[in-house]
Amino acid sequence: MQQLYNFAVGPLTWVAWAVFLGGAAWRLGSMWALARKKDMNAVAYMDVRFAARSMARWATPFATLGWRANPAVTVATFAFHISLGLLLLFAPGHAVLWDYAFGVNVWSLPEGVADVLTVLVILLCGFFAWRRLQLPTVRFVTRPMDWLVLALVAVPCVTAFLAKQQIGDNLLLSTLHVLSGEAMLMALPFTRLSHAIFSPFTRAYMGSEFGGVRHCPDW
Amino acid sequence: MSATEFSGIAERRIEDANLVRGVSALTRERIERVVKAVTKGEAGARLAVYHETCMRCGMCADACHYCISHDGDPTYSPVGKMEQTMWKLLRTGGKVDPDDIYGMAQIAYTECNLCRRCVHYCPVGIDTGYVMGLVRRICHRLGVVPLYIQDTAHSHSGTMNQMWVKDDEWLDSLVWQEDEARGEIPALRIPFDKEGADFLYSVIAPEPKFRTQLIYQAAVIFDQAGVDWTMPSAPGWDNSDMCMFTGDYEMMGRLKRCHFEMAQKLKVRRIVMGECGHAFRSVYDVGNRWLGWKNHPVPIVHSVEFFWELLTEGKIKLAKKFDEPVTIHDPCNIIRGRGLMDKLREVTHALCSNVVEMSPTREHNLCCCAGGGVINCGPPFKGVRLAGNKAKADQLAATGVHTVVAPCHNCHGGLEDIIHHYKLGMHTKFLGDLIYDCMEKPGAA
Amino acid sequence: MSTSTATPQTAHGQPEAPPAAHAAAGLPHPDPGDWEPGRRVIAPSFAPLPGHQWQEEPLMSHDGMHVAAVVRQEDDSFTMRVDDEVWDAGFDKVWSPRFLPDGRLVAIVQQDGEWTVAVDGETWPDTYGFIWSLLHGPAGKVIAAVQQDMRYGMIVDGEPWETLYENANNFALSPDGRRTAAVVQTVPLGQADIETFTRGVYSVAVDGEAWGRNFMNVWTPVFDNRNDRVAAQVRLSHSEYTVAVNGAPWPATFPCVWEPCFDPATGAVAAPVRKDGRWGMALDGTLLWEARFFQCWTPAWSPDGRHLWAIVAPRYGSFTVARDASPWPFAAPVVTDLVLSPDGARAAALASHDNAAWQVVVDGVVWPGRWDMAWRPVFSPCGRHVAVRVKDRGRETVLLDGRPWREAFTTAWDPVFGPATANGAGMAVLLRGIRDGACERWVATPDDFRA
Repeated sequence: MQQLYNFAVGPLTWVAWAVFLGGAAWRLGSMWALARKKDMNAVAYMDVRFAARSMARWATPFATLGWRANPAVTVATFAFHISLGLLLLFAPGHAVLWDYAFGVNVWSLPEGVADVLTVLVILLCGFFAWRRLQLPTVRFVTRPMDWLVLALVAVPCVTAFLAKQQIGDNLLLSTLHVLSGEAMLMALPFTRLSHAIFSPFTRAYMGSEFGGVRHCPDW
Repeated sequence: MSATEFSGIAERRIEDANLVRGVSALTRERIERVVKAVTKGEAGARLAVYHETCMRCGMCADACHYCISHDGDPTYSPVGKMEQTMWKLLRTGGKVDPDDIYGMAQIAYTECNLCRRCVHYCPVGIDTGYVMGLVRRICHRLGVVPLYIQDTAHSHSGTMNQMWVKDDEWLDSLVWQEDEARGEIPALRIPFDKEGADFLYSVIAPEPKFRTQLIYQAAVIFDQAGVDWTMPSAPGWDNSDMCMFTGDYEMMGRLKRCHFEMAQKLKVRRIVMGECGHAFRSVYDVGNRWLGWKNHPVPIVHSVEFFWELLTEGKIKLAKKFDEPVTIHDPCNIIRGRGLMDKLREVTHALCSNVVEMSPTREHNLCCCAGGGVINCGPPFKGVRLAGNKAKADQLAATGVHTVVAPCHNCHGGLEDIIHHYKLGMHTKFLGDLIYDCMEKPGAA
Repeated sequence: MSTSTATPQTAHGQPEAPPAAHAAAGLPHPDPGDWEPGRRVIAPSFAPLPGHQWQEEPLMSHDGMHVAAVVRQEDDSFTMRVDDEVWDAGFDKVWSPRFLPDGRLVAIVQQDGEWTVAVDGETWPDTYGFIWSLLHGPAGKVIAAVQQDMRYGMIVDGEPWETLYENANNFALSPDGRRTAAVVQTVPLGQADIETFTRGVYSVAVDGEAWGRNFMNVWTPVFDNRNDRVAAQVRLSHSEYTVAVNGAPWPATFPCVWEPCFDPATGAVAAPVRKDGRWGMALDGTLLWEARFFQCWTPAWSPDGRHLWAIVAPRYGSFTVARDASPWPFAAPVVTDLVLSPDGARAAALASHDNAAWQVVVDGVVWPGRWDMAWRPVFSPCGRHVAVRVKDRGRETVLLDGRPWREAFTTAWDPVFGPATANGAGMAVLLRGIRDGACERWVATPDDFRA
């Protein structure tokens, strides 16, 4: 198990990052090439100013009709993505890895805060799962892929939390945490998690069309 | 998965002669071939990215008047409709039964107005209107299009207008309205083919066919405002476009080329369009792109904006105001499509002494449920529109007024049906109706 | 003319010759006769005559010697005023007046709901349910679209086609101006009768006689330069387009096509075709230009058939002119009015940005200056010079080879090149227009244009 752990935090990390970065670059590059070939009647209207305006709006809680109409989802979505981002970059355990891998000293979250954020993300995964099970409008459109991406986020958090709280076999949980985290990283460009790399473009495009052509807010 | 508990479109199939006929000629192989040709051959990154980034969060359900009117039935939500159509086609690679195509056509043509209200609800910016338009494109290429709108598309191809109006009938309508209007304004003229005029005025074919008084009113307004205008004598006069809505993009391009080239030939400075929403979408936003024009070879001005200009510049003076309280319906294609909500309000307030806003309003207003070609699918689907927009009826009733200002033909048709069905005791007016009634007419006999 | 792609018409519904034919095979330039350089006032004031409350936009004859307008007389009847005379007859409506190259004045007239054509004030003997879309060509015949008893066709010098149809549109004339063609609906069509429509109700009638075959749609019939064969765009099914020549469709079909044109040398037919979302050019059904353009339309052959021209968009939103598939280096958001020199080796076109800032482009080179509006370029008979009517801040003038005329009109007509341009010596351009109310003709020499 220790060997597996060492492998996971060692070579496999590099593989995961390579797959993530290479995959993301390939997906963005090939999508851009496809857009240039087939979607010039959309690409031609991209406008940095209107894109930024739309992104800023939608990055602000309750600043759009959609956010206002769904307050619980709004709070959950912002809390979820901010927490997840903070944990990915600044969890104390991750800081060690940054140092180990790149020799850089990265600021890290205080232990207590990281714990709270981890629990928060787990709870929010539960909230999203509840929505998928309970709300007809969500349940009707939920597919296995949606459960997969939820699991890809939930498992690293749950294992991290258990390992941290010394519940269960620490080495096993730590290994599972690292492996599942790497799975999330590698899956990102190839599953619905790819919204992380593509949604800035869909948002920017909608903002550009509504700003530059339709002269109407898209929020 | 849980989709079985909502059988959706299968429960509410409506008999349409051309959908039945079209589907009966389909094979699974042909469906697969056409789906691939459209999703891989015609569409590209935009569709692929939308399909991938749509998080199935369901936030758009609250946006759609169909979904609201059906008590949140998820099969009517924007994402629910994409799930039952395009997402399913992409997931299966087009391996679906002819029967499935029937349901998809019914959803795409009659249960989505392409109104884009859901844009205001989607954090990642999925354009449901675009996706449903592509479903229609597939249905068009499969020959599965509702009868009435297909007939309208045929009219476009045969006559370059929406209502089978023959060349001489168009001219006859203009001559007739000119004669009529001279009874009121003796020196009035509808100038045909006046080269170098400031603007070409284009209308939709229902105007010469059924609503000739709108041509009369426009002629009186322009004449009395002293503006330099013209109407074409030849095809190109009709700016409407049901081909855009059936998915017949080649015909859409042909129609828009005809319209723009008429304006170019007459060397006018711009095109002013009558109070129609879908035609505006076609000319301003969609048809030009299919032809490769990034913007507009001739600038496009909707009547709302033009009336605003006439009032702001003092070219029209008002003899009175409309005293009854009115409310304002915001047509999707000129509000979400062109941002005319402020000008629409300025014009309406100039004309009416008591304006009561709907809630929601402006760019967040609910669709009339007629647009996107839905009303053009004809009598078989009238019930879909009525049941599908109870939300609008509630919204209208809450205003407590009896007059709805709606500067769009399809909105008129849709709202009148809803008003009648829900017994709201209201009626609709065009801005042109109000201006004609309230303006000073110095040239009157 | 009924579709976007028909032969372009002038503001008064008059057909313009296809680009190459303007000076070469098609309409001969009128000889204005008087080529003495200088200004001549035709009418010091074209103010309404006494008793005329109403006078519409004036029009000038090709030689610039006469000016005419629709007027309303004291008895409320409408008629034509030519110079200071009016036609004897008055009508309920007078519409679409134009001078023919031979100097005759033609208009569509209506009396008591019946329509006919008046030539120099003389009406055709019969009246019809409707007359519209006046055409004329070198043969001097006056041609129009006609409806009689709700049957449709064309009428030549007062003689309707022997067979009239359910409907007719897309009216066309042979280069010699003698033969007529139109898209006709040969079969009645019931309300929402999808099946009949899909089987095909449209054909082309040439001099009134329909092709033996119907199509789902037919657009823009065009004659070859022998005034014999006719080609048109046809739609075989909702998604299959091609070109038919004398009723026989090409074996290949395309997702879309635009207006065909005949190679004057060989009789082959070229037409823009769409393939995989881009446009190219097909010759007799086979791809001639690779389909790589975002747009490709208004094809035109040189008279010797050596060059094929078209307006193309090599990139989205960016148009130019291509000769034999090679685009000019110049590009603009909109390019219109492609005109070829008489030998078809040179071309001129107009470019615009938002229908303003018009530019003239000749052989790919942009002339200096941007204009509020520009009209179709005119080549000299020798093909060495180009003149263009342009509008700037409410005044209209003419550019000659890029140089603006020193004077300006309030309203101008297209310039006409004089005959003596072959060797450049004695070159003159007839400029016609109204200035400060006066109708004038100027015979301008190159010295009259700014350097």
